[in-house]
Amino acid sequence: MNKTIRMTVLGLAGLACAGALAVGSPGFAQDRPGPGGGGAAVSDEGREVFEQICAACHMADAKGGGSDGARVPALAGNKNLANKDYPIILLLKGRGGMPWFTDILTKPQIAAVITYVRGHFNDYHDPVTVADIDRIGSTNPPVPDCNCGH
Amino acid sequence: MLDNFTPPTRRDLLTMIGKAGGAAALYQAMTVLGHAADSQFAGPPKLTGAKPGATVLVLGAGVAGMLSAYELTKAGYKVQVLEFQNRPGGRNYTVRGGDTITELGSTQAVNFAPGNYLNPGPWRIPYHHRTVLHYCKELGVQLEPFLQINHNALVHRKNAFGGKPQPYRDLMVDYKGHVSELLGKALNAGALDTTVTAEDKAKLLEAMRDWGVLDKNMAYTKGVKVGEQRGWDRAPGGGVNGAPIPNDVHGLSDILDSRIWDNMNFFAEHVMQTTMFQPKGGMDHIGKAFYAKVAKQVRLGTRVTKIAQDDKGVTVDWVDTKTNAAGQSKADWLVCTIPAPVLNQLDIQVSDAKKAAIRALPYGNSVKIGLEMKRRFWETDHAIYGGISFTDQPIGLVSYPSHGTFTDGPAVLLGAYPFGIGAYILAGMTPEKRIAAALEQGSVFHPAEYKAEFSNGASVAWSRMPWILGCCATWTEESRAAHYQNLVSLDGRIVLAGEHASYYGCWQEGALLSALDAVTRLHERAVAA
Repeated sequence: MNKTIRMTVLGLAGLACAGALAVGSPGFAQDRPGPGGGGAAVSDEGREVFEQICAACHMADAKGGGSDGARVPALAGNKNLANKDYPIILLLKGRGGMPWFTDILTKPQIAAVITYVRGHFNDYHDPVTVADIDRIGSTNPPVPDCNCGH
Repeated sequence: MLDNFTPPTRRDLLTMIGKAGGAAALYQAMTVLGHAADSQFAGPPKLTGAKPGATVLVLGAGVAGMLSAYELTKAGYKVQVLEFQNRPGGRNYTVRGGDTITELGSTQAVNFAPGNYLNPGPWRIPYHHRTVLHYCKELGVQLEPFLQINHNALVHRKNAFGGKPQPYRDLMVDYKGHVSELLGKALNAGALDTTVTAEDKAKLLEAMRDWGVLDKNMAYTKGVKVGEQRGWDRAPGGGVNGAPIPNDVHGLSDILDSRIWDNMNFFAEHVMQTTMFQPKGGMDHIGKAFYAKVAKQVRLGTRVTKIAQDDKGVTVDWVDTKTNAAGQSKADWLVCTIPAPVLNQLDIQVSDAKKAAIRALPYGNSVKIGLEMKRRFWETDHAIYGGISFTDQPIGLVSYPSHGTFTDGPAVLLGAYPFGIGAYILAGMTPEKRIAAALEQGSVFHPAEYKAEFSNGASVAWSRMPWILGCCATWTEESRAAHYQNLVSLDGRIVLAGEHASYYGCWQEGALLSALDAVTRLHERAVAA
């Protein structure tokens, strides 16, 4: 049943606004640390972006974790990544518990980390470029069906 | 007759107004009585007339779930709570020596000395979070002041003052001094003559002189008056050397590099304003107090696998996490407080709109690290008692304990609390590397003592907590507009509650207000059914 549900798509306008609302300082009176650590610098190198950002949930070996019903998906050996548009859409828009990363990562960082994850933890070696990200941004495809945890 | 007349107390009066005019009238009356302008809390719900034998299942024994169970039980419902963890409280959580922290990929043993603790989740309660404060009082949870702002704590930015931390006080006083001087110059140059009246101009000049502590030439300069706010090179004393000597002020460019206005604005936010409180001995005393009321109704170690409903009731399938035995619970109604990153992986029978809302709710990440130090060097060596030192390194801040001041022996510092990038960076590390990073970065504030006095540490990365996979819900204006009402709506026999179903995200106040609203609506429908 879950697989048939399509996550509502954030429009392009929503994406633009999301960029102004940092996850580091969530809006509307949320508890937060105050100025500082949310704005630490992120590397431009794909492997380092993975280690600094993605590994927090997907783990250092990119195999994800958790148990049935509360799972972080693996990025290693993930057939969904054969289509490079798939990870681009998820990083631009988020899905389920995963936020969008447009307010944390630049387009070159997004391109670099997807290229790294597809090539290093999978066998997809065609690079992802900023042009690919712009193409997804302008065509605004829907977020793929969520099969979270399956 | 009059002999028997007892004047109504304020509470009686408010109850009468509430009964006669409903919640809106009550809220307005409380506002007039100077009570409630900054809270929607209008007292605990008065749920009466529950149908005999009516049953409610509550999923999740965090504070939203346990408050739901507590109030619904008081109202006459038969309530059962299913909780995934072997511990009640959810994010209302405190770790102490002897505890184990289990994350995806790691297990830590906590080695803090007796009495010391870390609150990995909520840690402070603003004075206007009246729901939390109400139930603390009702349940006997002792509160003490949380020292939120400390003018003698430090602010560090890598690109300001050559990376040398400065006292908040110095930066704040210098900032308003320089800004006042500039506004004074603009006023005196006539730059604002078409904007303000001559009368207001005179008042503004006086205000800038007083507020910015400017000298007779309307300049912000070193002097005794500034010292009275900024502190001293030699403090006032007694006898022959009693006269204080003021210290130098910082230049405008350095102050601008410090971005001190960010810190000032942080403390100016409504939810960050004093007075702040914390439960004595750890935040989990709130969860424990609720649990003491509902423990017999809570089944711990119970993983929900499916939530179904029809016109007769709700059916929840679950698995016992110890025995792997499958079970099923049925009830007339359901309050679900399971966090969205887990709920969106569950088979739940609700409308497509509510499913879409659950799916559209990513969770932010945060990390907290507790560092036990052998002694309170921040107090003894630096006169810092509680409060927060801020940094733009990934740790975000160091916060000094509000309790136990002036005691000897080991104490636990909050050695990191970032959201955003800093939180991802620290969460991605092993627990050992997190401690090493926190020591390295925190040393910027106290280089002589930080590593030397370190004893042991513990960390919680919320993105790796297996029962929630995140810290708290991240809403945007767009997602609120598209999904919020669908998330909180009563869907057949099911209602959601928790901080994610509130406008007080990431606060216990939101979780409790959401629970009160949810059980009130559920009760109304149950009575009408």
